[in-house]
Amino acid sequence: MNILVLLRMVPDVVEELEIAPDGNALDLDALRMILSESDDHALEQAVLLKERHGGKVTVLAPDAPEVDDALYTALAKGADRAIKITDLEEGLTARGLCYACSQVLRSTPGLMPADLILTGAQAFTDLDAVVAPLLAYQLGLPHVGIVCHVAVDAAAGSLTVLREYAGGVRAEIEVPLPAVVGIQSAEKPPRYVPVAKVRAVMKSQKIETAGVPVIADGGNALIQVTGMVKPEAAGHAEMLEGSPEEVAGRICEILAARGLLQEVR
Amino acid sequence: MEGGIWVLAEQWRGRLSDVTYELLALGRELADGLGVPLQAVLLGDGVKELAANLGRADAVLYANHPALKDPLPEPYAEALAQLAAERKPRAVLVPLTNVSAGVGSLLGERLQAPAINFCKDVLLKDGRMEALCVLYGGKIEAAIAPVAEPAIFGILPGSRPADKGRGAGAPAVEEAAVDLSPSRVRFKRYVEPEAGDVDLTQQDALVGVGRGIQSQDNLELAESLAQALGGAVCGSRPVVDQGWLPLARQVGKSGLTVKPKVYVAAGVSGAPEHVEGMREAGLIIAINSDPGAPIFNVAHYGVVGDVLDLLPALTEAIQARKG
Repeated sequence: MNILVLLRMVPDVVEELEIAPDGNALDLDALRMILSESDDHALEQAVLLKERHGGKVTVLAPDAPEVDDALYTALAKGADRAIKITDLEEGLTARGLCYACSQVLRSTPGLMPADLILTGAQAFTDLDAVVAPLLAYQLGLPHVGIVCHVAVDAAAGSLTVLREYAGGVRAEIEVPLPAVVGIQSAEKPPRYVPVAKVRAVMKSQKIETAGVPVIADGGNALIQVTGMVKPEAAGHAEMLEGSPEEVAGRICEILAARGLLQEVR
Repeated sequence: MEGGIWVLAEQWRGRLSDVTYELLALGRELADGLGVPLQAVLLGDGVKELAANLGRADAVLYANHPALKDPLPEPYAEALAQLAAERKPRAVLVPLTNVSAGVGSLLGERLQAPAINFCKDVLLKDGRMEALCVLYGGKIEAAIAPVAEPAIFGILPGSRPADKGRGAGAPAVEEAAVDLSPSRVRFKRYVEPEAGDVDLTQQDALVGVGRGIQSQDNLELAESLAQALGGAVCGSRPVVDQGWLPLARQVGKSGLTVKPKVYVAAGVSGAPEHVEGMREAGLIIAINSDPGAPIFNVAHYGVVGDVLDLLPALTEAIQARKG
């Protein structure tokens, strides 16, 4: 199978996020970028499929801080080829990214036709579009999203996937190849690769670059950020302070006052 | 009905979702504020009778088609796009749920219209619609204005109380024809969740663990607290994805929605996907080492600290009190 995986870097929200002086965007200098979580699962699923069925995994990612690390790590995990998408418009939205990616996929030798294009089912930066269905629409391919299990039927040229709905209910859906699949979670947690292996890959393999041939207006002009704030985290909750024992005692009082300790059987 | 506010009336497995009523309540405010009609758009295969429950809308537009039998975004977006191209609504409110995921994005693309996700609210500012969006896992809120119409808003669950969107009125139902191409994907069957050892939805007390619990071994600390409270342990998606808890213990968008009397959120960041499953708990106590964790926006009481210290301290305090 020829599998493409679209990866994206997102701000690490464990770190403090800062808003830029204009108040309408994040301060990029203050950010640490990491691979979007569901994209990490998409990569894992791709590598698992390659191990099971053979073939080739190509990872693509728009240029961003720390993206080289993510691409080398993907190679160390088992991807065969890594491409960094450059010359992107600044402040590109998810929708703009889909336009750019569909162009790169069409214009870069050796990528299309792919059997399967995987990406994360969603990223918390997907302000104006969910990428997987939109990319599928632009490429004219079938799509299934929010997928947590993928089984390949090579003879039939199709996949049977499990798509998540609500309340733990999932659905079995068959999709003919080639297709775009949005991965929510891989069958297994994403694998860990030792730093030494990533370093070795940095010496032995190269990251290619692919520019976007034509920058189309990717819907960026259709929405306008008019303000950005960090919600006051303690705005709602009454914060309890003190040693763990003091705080625990206070919580006990709160529970007891509401009759929540008497109900214990 | 030209120029109205549209709500995609989400129906799943023959039932209208609660989020449909939440969107009708929000849509009602926008429609009244703009002086335009509120229209519910009901799509499906043989679900016309559900229209009678959409009384909060002025009218219901119903399209019936076999391709709309199964919840897949492509046929739903195609149907909505055909209807909207003719009738030109000013805005379309689409639930941001797993059932309707992707519909808004595809609709925006088909109509070349602005689409905005993660909306927790849509407000009128000088007669123009502006969305308040929850970004970066709840760490940032942004005001986003569409610069053209129709504007497509993907609305997070919880925007309004569902009860405000239920109405006794009998809305006029207009049937509309849609011409849909057959789906290339084949919906085979639903897979019901395996019953867990406990039914989370029946618990009075839940200890919800997130990534902050750090390892599977530390789950014992949450188990002990749950036992002291007479409840059970549940978790957010990352904990279940790690295999530390079974799927039947997942709370949130893909998992269960729970309403216990008390929910102790231990090391849960409070991403919107988790919050939608537990925000209606009677009492929410959140413990997180990050003072900026969005969970503190929904909790009643918050503690900035290490769950590995606080869980045992709390268990001990409860046991001591019980004697």
